[in-house]
Amino acid sequence: MAQNNGIITVQHVTKSYRRDSIEIPVLRDISLDVPSGEFLALMGPSGSGKTTLLNLIAGIDRPSAGKVVVNGAEIGMLGESELAQWRARHVGFIFQFYNLLPVLTAYENVELPLLLTKLSRKEKREHVEAALNLVGLGDRIHHYPKQLSGGQEQRVAIARAIVSDPTIVVADEPTGDLDKISAQEIMDLLERLNKEFKKTIVMVTHDPRAAERAHQVRHLDKGELN
Amino acid sequence: MKIPFSYTWRSLWTRKLTTVLTLGGIALVVFVFASVLMLSHGVEQTMVDTGSDDNAMAFRRSANSELVSQIDRDAANIIKSAPEIALGPDGKPVVSTEIVVIINLHKKGSNDMGNISVRGVSPAAMTLRPQVQIVSGQMFHFGSREVILGSNIAKQFQGTGIGSQLRFGDAYWTVVGYFDAGGTGFDSEIWGDVEQMMPAFGRPVFSSVTMHLKSSSDYDALKARIEKDPRTQYTEIKHEKVYYREQSALMSDFIKIMGLLVTIIFSIGAMIGAMITMYAAVANRTVEIGTMRAIGFRRRSILGAFLVESVILSFIGGCAGIALASLMSLVRISTVNFGTFSELAFGFTLSPQIVVSAMVFSVVMGIVGGFLPAARAARMNILEALRSA
Amino acid sequence: MFIIRLVLKNALRHKLRTLLTILGIAIAVMSFGFMRTIVTAWYAGVESSAANRMITRQSVSFIFPLPYAYLQQIEQIPGVNEVSYANWFGGVYKDQADWNNFFPRIAIDPETYLTLYPEFVVPADQMADFKRERNSCVIGKKMAVQHGFKLGDIIPIEGDIYPGHWEFVVRGIYTGKDATVDETQMFFHWDYLNERMHVESPGREGNVGWYILSVRNAADMPRVAKEVDDRYQNSRAPTKTETEREFQQSFVSMSSAIISSLEAVSYVIIGIILLVLANTIVMAARERTKEYAVLKTLGFSRFHITGLIAGESLLIASLGGAIGLALTFPLARVFAAGFPTFFPIFNVEMITIILAVTVALGAGIIAAVLPSARAARMPIVDGLRSIG
Repeated sequence: MAQNNGIITVQHVTKSYRRDSIEIPVLRDISLDVPSGEFLALMGPSGSGKTTLLNLIAGIDRPSAGKVVVNGAEIGMLGESELAQWRARHVGFIFQFYNLLPVLTAYENVELPLLLTKLSRKEKREHVEAALNLVGLGDRIHHYPKQLSGGQEQRVAIARAIVSDPTIVVADEPTGDLDKISAQEIMDLLERLNKEFKKTIVMVTHDPRAAERAHQVRHLDKGELN
Repeated sequence: MKIPFSYTWRSLWTRKLTTVLTLGGIALVVFVFASVLMLSHGVEQTMVDTGSDDNAMAFRRSANSELVSQIDRDAANIIKSAPEIALGPDGKPVVSTEIVVIINLHKKGSNDMGNISVRGVSPAAMTLRPQVQIVSGQMFHFGSREVILGSNIAKQFQGTGIGSQLRFGDAYWTVVGYFDAGGTGFDSEIWGDVEQMMPAFGRPVFSSVTMHLKSSSDYDALKARIEKDPRTQYTEIKHEKVYYREQSALMSDFIKIMGLLVTIIFSIGAMIGAMITMYAAVANRTVEIGTMRAIGFRRRSILGAFLVESVILSFIGGCAGIALASLMSLVRISTVNFGTFSELAFGFTLSPQIVVSAMVFSVVMGIVGGFLPAARAARMNILEALRSA
Repeated sequence: MFIIRLVLKNALRHKLRTLLTILGIAIAVMSFGFMRTIVTAWYAGVESSAANRMITRQSVSFIFPLPYAYLQQIEQIPGVNEVSYANWFGGVYKDQADWNNFFPRIAIDPETYLTLYPEFVVPADQMADFKRERNSCVIGKKMAVQHGFKLGDIIPIEGDIYPGHWEFVVRGIYTGKDATVDETQMFFHWDYLNERMHVESPGREGNVGWYILSVRNAADMPRVAKEVDDRYQNSRAPTKTETEREFQQSFVSMSSAIISSLEAVSYVIIGIILLVLANTIVMAARERTKEYAVLKTLGFSRFHITGLIAGESLLIASLGGAIGLALTFPLARVFAAGFPTFFPIFNVEMITIILAVTVALGAGIIAAVLPSARAARMPIVDGLRSIG
C-alpha cells in the first residue's frame, strides 16, 4: 500500500480524455508507490492505460485528478517550462521506436539532453562517451541512425536516456520492435543499469520475458491497478 | 485500371493548409495574368475604337500628335474643298477644322492637377463622330463661349458641374452639358467652338482637319492630291483609326511589356509552389503508392493520378483567380498618355478569350509544375516504397 | 551553436524542396527589387531636383509661352539670384516610330542656363565653343554614345512645334555630376530659335517656354513665387511659380496611377514570397511533429522548438533573399540598357535594398508563426503518436 518513502508516489490518480464531448476514462483512481532503486514492470492488455500511467510519471502528461509526486515534487503543479526543466533533470525516456533524430549522429543524439545543462564542452564529451561506452557502442559514435540496426538504435536511445544521470528511467515497450537476441541484449543493459547503477526503472511491456527481469510486476486492466 | 477520382480528391482535402496555400499562390498568379490581359484589352478598346474607318485626318507633316501640329487657314480651306469628302444633308462637306490645347484642372479628392485636352471643333464634329452622344445638359452653341465635357472629366475634376465656369485661355467658359464617347479617348476631352478658342488662346492656326470620306476607297486619292499640291505640301493625311492607334502605341506597349514581365515572374513562382506541394504529396504517400502498385495499378495510372491532382489544384486556383480578376472591371485607371500628354482613362475589360486564356494558362502551370513530382511517384520501386514506412 | 547546426541539417533533409523554395523566394525578391527600382526611377527627376531652383511657367498649362519681357522684371524681384529661360523644342530625330530616337531637345540661354544647372558638367573649352557658335549644341554623354555622336557631328532634326528642317553642330558633350543626372538631353541656343521665328513666324518671336530662378536664400522661395505670380495674375500670360521639386512632382503625379499599380504589384509579390515559404515550413514542421515531441520529452522548451522552426525559415528566406537581391542588379542594368529613353536614370537605390532585406527577413519570421504555435501547443503525447 502507499508508503511515503517511495521515490515515485502516485495518489488517487484519474486520467480521462475528451473526444467530441464524450469523456473516456483511461485510468481510474490509481495509487502506486515506487521505492528508490526499484525495477517495476507494468503489464496489461491493449488500452489498459499502462502507457498513460507511464506518461504521467514521466511528466509528459498531467492527471485529470489526483497527485503524482516524484522525488518530493508534485509535478502536476509545475508550469509548462518548469515541467520541461524538471524532465531534463529527472527523467530518462526510452521509446519503443527509439525516436532518435535522423539528422544527428549517435554522438549528437546522446548529447542532446546535455545541451540543456551548463556543462563545458569537455565535460559534455566525457559524459557522452561514457554513456556510449556503457551501452557498448563506443565504436559507432559518428554513425547516423539509418546506418544502425534496431538493437543498436535502441542502445543509443538508452545512452541518451541516462547521459544526464536522471532520477528515474521510464521505458515504453523497449523491446517491442526488436528480435529475440537484440531484445535480450537490451534487457541485460536495463538490468545492469538497475543493479549496478541503482537506477529506478519503470517499464511498460507486453513481453513476459522482459517482465521477468523486473523486481515487481503490476497489472493494469481497464484503467485499474491490481 | 484507373485510379478512382475520389482518391485524388480526398488526398487534397486531408492536407488542407498546404492545399489552401498552394491554391492561393495559383489564384494570385492567374489573377495577375488575367488582369494584365484585361488592362491591355481595356487600353486597346479605348484607343482603337476612337476613330472611324471612313474618316481621315490632316496634320502638319512629321507632327506626331495634334498638339504639335499646325495647319494654317489657307491650307485648311484647300483641304476642305477636296472632292473626296462626303457632303452632309445641308450640302456642305463633312469636315471639322480643330485645335487642341492642354489645360490643367484640379482633380477631385486630391491636390493633384491633371492635363486635359481642350478641343475646338466645327459644327460637323458630332456627325464625324457618331459614337459621341450628349448625355446631360445640351450641346454648346457655336459662336458662344460654351463648352461640353466628356464624361470622365465630369467625374474626375473639380469645378465641372453644369452651369459652372472654367477659366482658361484668358476667358471664362460655361459648362452646358456632358457627352459620352463610348469609352474612347474623347471621354477625357472638353469641346467648344474652334472659332472662339483660337483667338482666346492666341493661336491663328488649326491643329488638324478631320473629314468624312465618301467611301474608304477614296483615301488614297485624297492623300495623293493633298500631299502633292504645293499649297498644302507641309500637310500629311492619315486614317483616323491609325492616328489614334499610334497615339496609344507607347502606352500600350509599355503596359504590355511590364505586364508580360510581371506574368512570367509570377508564373515561375506559382509553378515552383505547385512543384513543392506535389513533391511533398508524393513523399508523404510513398507507402500508398507502393501499395497501389503492389495491388496492380500501373505506373501510367499513378502518373495520371498525380497529374490530375495537380491539374485540379491549378484549375480551382485558376477559377478563383479569374473571379478575383473580374472584380477589376470595377476599377478605372486614369493617367497621362505618354503620346498625347493628356489625361486618358481606361478600364479593365474582361472578354471570353481572356477567360479561356487564363484557364489554359493555369492548367498548363499545373501540368508543368506537377509533372516531375508525378513522374517520381510513377518511377518508384514497389519494395522500397513499402519498406519506407 | 548547436541549434544552428540542427537547423542546417534539417534544411538539408529535403534538398530538392529546400532548393526549390530558395529559388522561388529568390525570383520573387528579384522581381520585388526590380519593381521598386522602376518606382524609384520614376521619381528620379523629383529626387534630383535642386533645393533652391524654381520654375516659372504659364499657369494654364506649360504649352503656352511666356513673354521674353518677363526676364528683366523677374530679375528685379528681391531675393532672386539668377534667372534663365528655356523652350521645349521637341522635333523628330530620324524615324519617330522608334522611341529610342527620343531625347529631350531644349533651347536655352547659354550664358545662364548651365550655370543654374551645375550638375551638367561641360569641359571649359567645349563650353567656349558652344557659346561662340549660334547653331551649335551640347549633348549628354549617354545620348552621344547611344547614337554615336561625336564633337563636330551635325544632328538633323525635323521640327514639329517649330516646323522646318533644323541642323545643329555638336560642340560639347556633358557628363552628369553623379548617377542621378540625366545624360540624354540636348541643349542649343535660344537665340538661334528666336531668330528663325523672327523670319518665318514673327508672331512667335520672343516666346519663352519657362523661366528658371535661383534664390539666394531658400527661405525666400515662397515669397518670391508669390510675387512673380501676383504680378502677372491678370495679364495675358499669367504665371505659376513653384520649386523645381514640385514641378517635377506634378509630372510624376500625372502617371500616379501607373506607379500605384506597380507598387501594388510589388506588394502582391511579397504575398507570393510568404506563400511559397510558408508552404514549405508548414510541411517541414508537420513532418517533424514527433521529433519536436521527443525534444520536449528531453526537456527542450517551446522556445527551443520555435527557434528551430524560425531558424530554418529565416535560413531559407535569407538565402533566397540574398540571391534575389544580387540578381536585381544585373536585371536592372539590362533593363536600363534596353529602355534608355524611358528611364534615363535607373539605379537600384539603397531604400530598395533595405526594403528587400526587410521583406525577406520579415517573411522568414511570419512564415514560422503558425507552425511554431502549433508545435508549441501540441501536447507531447499527441506529438509522439503522430506519423508526420
